[in-house]
Amino acid sequence: MQPPAEHVHWLFATGFLLLALCLLARAIVGAEVWNARAWRAYLWPSLLFGLGILMWPVMVLFTNSTIHMVAHGAWAQTMMLAGAAELGLLRGKLHSRAWRFCLPLALAVSGAALLVHEQNGWYFARAAFLHHALGWTALIGAVFPLMAAIRPRARVWGAGLALTLVVISVFLYADRDVAPVFGHLSPLAGEPHR
Amino acid sequence: MSTQLISEQALARSRSARARLVGVLGPLTMLGGVAWGFLQPYRLTVLHPHGQGFWWLLVEPPLLVIGVGIAFALLIAPGLIEDLEDATPR
Repeated sequence: MQPPAEHVHWLFATGFLLLALCLLARAIVGAEVWNARAWRAYLWPSLLFGLGILMWPVMVLFTNSTIHMVAHGAWAQTMMLAGAAELGLLRGKLHSRAWRFCLPLALAVSGAALLVHEQNGWYFARAAFLHHALGWTALIGAVFPLMAAIRPRARVWGAGLALTLVVISVFLYADRDVAPVFGHLSPLAGEPHR
Repeated sequence: MSTQLISEQALARSRSARARLVGVLGPLTMLGGVAWGFLQPYRLTVLHPHGQGFWWLLVEPPLLVIGVGIAFALLIAPGLIEDLEDATPR
């Protein structure tokens, strides 16, 4: 009893939206206040790590080509790496500031994987359009955690990352299995079902 | 009035504005979900449940957005605002 692929996108959108709200609140109040309670400090890296874990069943059960599988596997690995690196830094197990670069790496790899594994053009169908849009959003959005890793005290980069995740969430919610985009739908895409 | 007092008052005002901002994040998210439900009611299968499968009844995007807003407003925002106010010099 597997959910349709679009439902999986919507569930991940929900996870990213919660992650975005946490990061936005953290950017507003500052890391010191956000980390005042241990459970809250661990919340967003754990959420990111959990989303990475949940990407594995997506890779196993929902991919229908090698490139699709590799792309989802790359997302799973880099999301888990970024979440684990932030957890390690919080816990004090990791010390080097270089671990902060795992988060921009995760976004950049995710963006590149999205663009590489989408074989169709922008206006083939809504899913293809959103894959392109998501890919470029993640690639450009990687600048925010990159700058946050270089200048951790400037909150604007944290807010930028949070808003990037909000946009990613909106794109994921807009995904449908077969649906037109701005009136365009290739006859090769199939029949829109709803 | 000493410059230290003035700067502490400015800091307190800034923290109060940030507390308000954190306080509206959840309700704004909920409002976004409600507005989406009105704009695209066909994405709410609970409004026309007959013949819908399990996943179509469980995963309804506008309700998920409202759920995220509620979770943030009830579970995260109150403690965060409390900690922000505790950090404010009185």
